Amino acid sequence: MVSRKNARHRLAGAFAGVAVLALGLTACGGSGNTDAGGDADAGGDSGSGDLITVGFAQVGAESGWRAANTKSIQDTLTKENGFDLKFSDAQQKQENQIQAIRSYIAQGVDVIAFSPVVESGWDAVLEEAKAADIPVVLTDRAVDSEDESLYVSFLGSDFVVEGEKAGQWVVDEFGDEEINIVELQGTTGSAPANDRKAGFESAIEGHDNLKIIASQTGNFTRSEGKTVMEGFLQANPDIDLVYAHNDDMGLGAMEAIEAAGKVPGVDIKIVTVDAVKDGMQALADGKFNFIVECSPLLGPQLAEIVKQVVAGETPEKRIITEETTFTQEQAKEALPDRQY
Amino acid sequence: MKDALTTFTRSRIFWPVVALVALLVANTLKTSSFLSVRVQDGHLFGALVDIARNSSPLLLVALGMTLVIATRGIDLSVGAVVAISGAVACSFIASSPDPASPVTVLTAVGIAVGLSLVLGVWNGFLVSVVGIQPIIATLVLMTAGRGIAMLITGGQITTVNSPPFKTIGSGFWLGLPVSVWIAGLVFVAVAVLTRRTALGMLLESVGINPSASRLAGVHARTLIWTAYALAATFAGIAGLMISSNVMAADANNAGLFIELDAILAVVIGGTSLAGGKFSLSGTLVGVLVIVTLTLTVTILGVPPSVTPLFKAVVVIAVCLLQSPVVRAKLAARRRPAVVAPVPAKVGA
Repeated sequence: MVSRKNARHRLAGAFAGVAVLALGLTACGGSGNTDAGGDADAGGDSGSGDLITVGFAQVGAESGWRAANTKSIQDTLTKENGFDLKFSDAQQKQENQIQAIRSYIAQGVDVIAFSPVVESGWDAVLEEAKAADIPVVLTDRAVDSEDESLYVSFLGSDFVVEGEKAGQWVVDEFGDEEINIVELQGTTGSAPANDRKAGFESAIEGHDNLKIIASQTGNFTRSEGKTVMEGFLQANPDIDLVYAHNDDMGLGAMEAIEAAGKVPGVDIKIVTVDAVKDGMQALADGKFNFIVECSPLLGPQLAEIVKQVVAGETPEKRIITEETTFTQEQAKEALPDRQY
Repeated sequence: MKDALTTFTRSRIFWPVVALVALLVANTLKTSSFLSVRVQDGHLFGALVDIARNSSPLLLVALGMTLVIATRGIDLSVGAVVAISGAVACSFIASSPDPASPVTVLTAVGIAVGLSLVLGVWNGFLVSVVGIQPIIATLVLMTAGRGIAMLITGGQITTVNSPPFKTIGSGFWLGLPVSVWIAGLVFVAVAVLTRRTALGMLLESVGINPSASRLAGVHARTLIWTAYALAATFAGIAGLMISSNVMAADANNAGLFIELDAILAVVIGGTSLAGGKFSLSGTLVGVLVIVTLTLTVTILGVPPSVTPLFKAVVVIAVCLLQSPVVRAKLAARRRPAVVAPVPAKVGA
């Protein structure tokens, strides 16, 4: 399928992937391609009239989610839409990202945007951007800098809200029924895992009929999701619902439930976060019950922010990605034009 | 009888077996139905079946690792081979016009295992012909291999829908998981080849002293080369099981750190990393301990934040109890009580 077509373009992505070994993935984070495309016209026309020059320093290409993120940005910030995009891939390394940002400062772009690979260590380079009067927009991930004047806006998902949406669905769906919930957590200690857990717990708080009877990490992967779910099924005979922090673990759990002779989506209901294609397919097939979207399609919102900044307006400091939720019926409708 | 028991309690495999039994007992205390196995949809179902099925890929990888370690080597690339094998098979099946046909699946399996064999031959070539240190030679493929797998899948998780392929990882035959049959067959084949022929002894001699064995007429180079080729081939089959288990190839995560688990299983089983004597049954017990330990974490509800510590404590305990120094100390302390069996042994 996807694999053959762009294989060559992905050579760089493949090698970048090696670095992922050491880094581990974020929830939304996933792995994908490096399109060198953006760089092709970088040298050319920085003086060309009305185009807004944007320098974007991407984290890398560590997952399908990230690939969709890159594509969204490249497809939105086009010449037709009035942008001149300079795109770079940091291959998961902060030093590469800092280097890219420095080169954008040297080229005098209008706006710099980037997804910080780690939270700390950005103050120096952001000071340089500030000194050069170039506004910085953060996408997808935050920095821990205390000086908030170093960036104009942070655009990204709110993982706590994602967890709350999942929890709220459970509260609405089951009313007063006694429900035993098992939770498949993301990578221990990662922000999406911590926040999605906290959000879910706060949403079901006060409903004593909803009990989380077991919670274990599945590391955001299908294999571990399946193995852990097998254990849950052996230890707890009456599980009513699985809450998985991403689609992949939910898909693994689905396999385990089927192997145990139960029907996923009916005997044991499944709620997940992400809404990648395989998860949406399972939802449309009735094997999942509810998915909270964690959208990588930040392009349009980023374009909006960039325009505001260039026009001299001040965008909101924290902008939450526009995200929705999907039920089985909505998944059937949305699936045909799903981009990732 | 008493002699056999004494031999067993003194063998290196004794403590791993104790650990395995202790884990099973702990799980049974927590969940009384743990050991029960029932028939469901015409096949066996239960925690023990899960353990057996989840052990299969690790057992395959660990078997290859045992042979490599016996020759004084080590193979760090098996995890990457697992990822490549799964990626090749899934990409081939996903791009074929008829994913559900057995011919497609057999071709995919053939290509994946064949490619794994080639990778193993490459490792073996670097080690036995070029003479690069095994840890470095296989490190090359360990790092590059995931890149290759990413290249094959295009960085996406390639999902396939093919009932015949699903059989490898989650199918059943005569009530038992197909993957258990495959791993069992390979285990028996390796055991017969190494223990019923001179092959095992030759491997050990190469591991104990390569130069002396060569001077004695043993084809050390061929043996080492074969060990790496087999290790990668077994890893390739394990990769098929792992990807078939979830019906997807995840180039980033499939078989991640499985080389470390395999080395650990070999060590728990009592095979020395210095090469030479190896124990296949020890490796089997080591694999079962590791897989049961993972399941125990879930069953006992160990919080994820302390899971690595919990696993480490169990592994350290087993390794300490196995170590000659600790065993000597323990034996010395207990000596008065052990007096009785000693004359019996002399008498025999």
